[in-house]
Amino acid sequence: MERVAIIGVGQTKYERRKKGETFSDMVYEVTVKALEDAGLTIQDIDNVVTVSNDFWDGRTISSMAVQDACGSRHKDISTVEGDGLFGAFYGAMRILSGSFSTTLVVAHNKCSQSRMNLITNAMFDPIYSRSLGLDAITSAAMQARAYMDTFGVTEEQCARVSVKNHRNAMDNPLAQLPMEITVKHVMESRVLSDPIKLLDASPITDGAAAVILANERAAQKARGRPVWIRGMGHCCDAYHLGDRDLARSPALRKAAQKAYSMAGILDPKAELQTIELYDAFSYMELMWLEGLGICEEGGAGRLTDSGFTAPDGPLPVNRSGGCLSAHPVVVAGLTRLIEASLQVRNDAGARQVPDCRTALAHGINGPCGQSHCVMVVGR
Amino acid sequence: MADWIGQTEDIVYSGRIKVPYEWSVGETGSRFLVALRDEKKILGTFCGRCQMVFVPPRKVCGRCFNADMEWRELGPQGTLITYTVPRYKESIHPLSHPFGYGIILLDGATTGLVHLLGGFDGGGLQTGIRVEAVFREQRKGDILDIMYFKPV
Repeated sequence: MERVAIIGVGQTKYERRKKGETFSDMVYEVTVKALEDAGLTIQDIDNVVTVSNDFWDGRTISSMAVQDACGSRHKDISTVEGDGLFGAFYGAMRILSGSFSTTLVVAHNKCSQSRMNLITNAMFDPIYSRSLGLDAITSAAMQARAYMDTFGVTEEQCARVSVKNHRNAMDNPLAQLPMEITVKHVMESRVLSDPIKLLDASPITDGAAAVILANERAAQKARGRPVWIRGMGHCCDAYHLGDRDLARSPALRKAAQKAYSMAGILDPKAELQTIELYDAFSYMELMWLEGLGICEEGGAGRLTDSGFTAPDGPLPVNRSGGCLSAHPVVVAGLTRLIEASLQVRNDAGARQVPDCRTALAHGINGPCGQSHCVMVVGR
Repeated sequence: MADWIGQTEDIVYSGRIKVPYEWSVGETGSRFLVALRDEKKILGTFCGRCQMVFVPPRKVCGRCFNADMEWRELGPQGTLITYTVPRYKESIHPLSHPFGYGIILLDGATTGLVHLLGGFDGGGLQTGIRVEAVFREQRKGDILDIMYFKPV
């Protein structure tokens, strides 16, 4: 089968508010960075996938508003309204179809420009759930409680994820919230919706990210050494929260199994050198590690306590700082893929994981991780 | 880079999107909401193949595509599967603090109903406790005809 490579990546700095920049300004910045990284020009791109969300952008067909900025005029352009890793998944599928050789995938969001609680309230069913006033925080808080009650995971164990990832962000010049904090800081931070506290939650972030994907032939034209997508999978759970077992993530388990089987990975805990996963809240890192099969259900708190996922541990997780340190919604999964690719390229600077040959990127979409996308990348 | 970059005042344009919608609830959902409004009853639908009782009711079982669903009356009591008590104020919140959100496994159901928790002083909630639906006096045929679930 044809292989798909990641030949160029670009990210903005992630910030609380990019007051002087439009969506297009950000998209242009990362498109140019990704082209420079790949050693290509915009003429080398034969199709574009944009990733954006109409509610966040405050307009319909938000993808079209960035057309000039991503150079898609008179080209084949398609769009994903969801997380950016799903955009990369779709971009890779377009190459595997045989119709395209070089795909630009670009995602943008400015979460500062509207109200997170109101926007995320709109993901719930207008007839049965929306008028209850649920949002991303209160729905996640119910999942956190279900997970912690089912397996006896403690708030301190979740807090340790936040401490680790904010510390990791100190090695990432693009991160929004590099911080040296302690478990005590997290535990004493303001309760948003119990058991979730301010420092268990990811921030409001503006930013954009882009990757250039290529088939084997086009990848040879690229300047640097390509990073290969070795496996990918995605899977979706039920929409109604009450239909799901919120303490577990069977959809992630299936998505990961597909990606592992495609990549020929039998023991992910031993064969991956780093993981970049979607930690919108601290408890999510623990749940997703279990869904990814890194440990048994309910065991990720103890795994984290042991230092297994620490930067100097056997399997560093979210070495970039993760979503807890910068969370541009819909961009963040693509950020995970870029960070995983930089690790495999040995280009991750101060946050480089030693001898990183194979890395995993993970993205989610929908309330409480309804849908999961997993991508395994390697040299 | 041009010399004017970074020298300009950053203008921010404030707007608001407010668009009315008329969402059809459908026959299955309408029967559920009419029963809430007129009889203070919570209905679900049962799939005999999957042995699942769904609430809110489904016209078709999403698991096996069975369209031959049977109506079941559920609750009004149930067991709290999970919950949270928000500490921030937001315009979309229908109740004043303290209130909570919970997923309630109604007696007779196999899926949980996401709803509000009220009638408590801020503490005392725990996974596994029994809760009961409290109905609104003036019911209108929407999900908030159940005002909230309160601990029994």
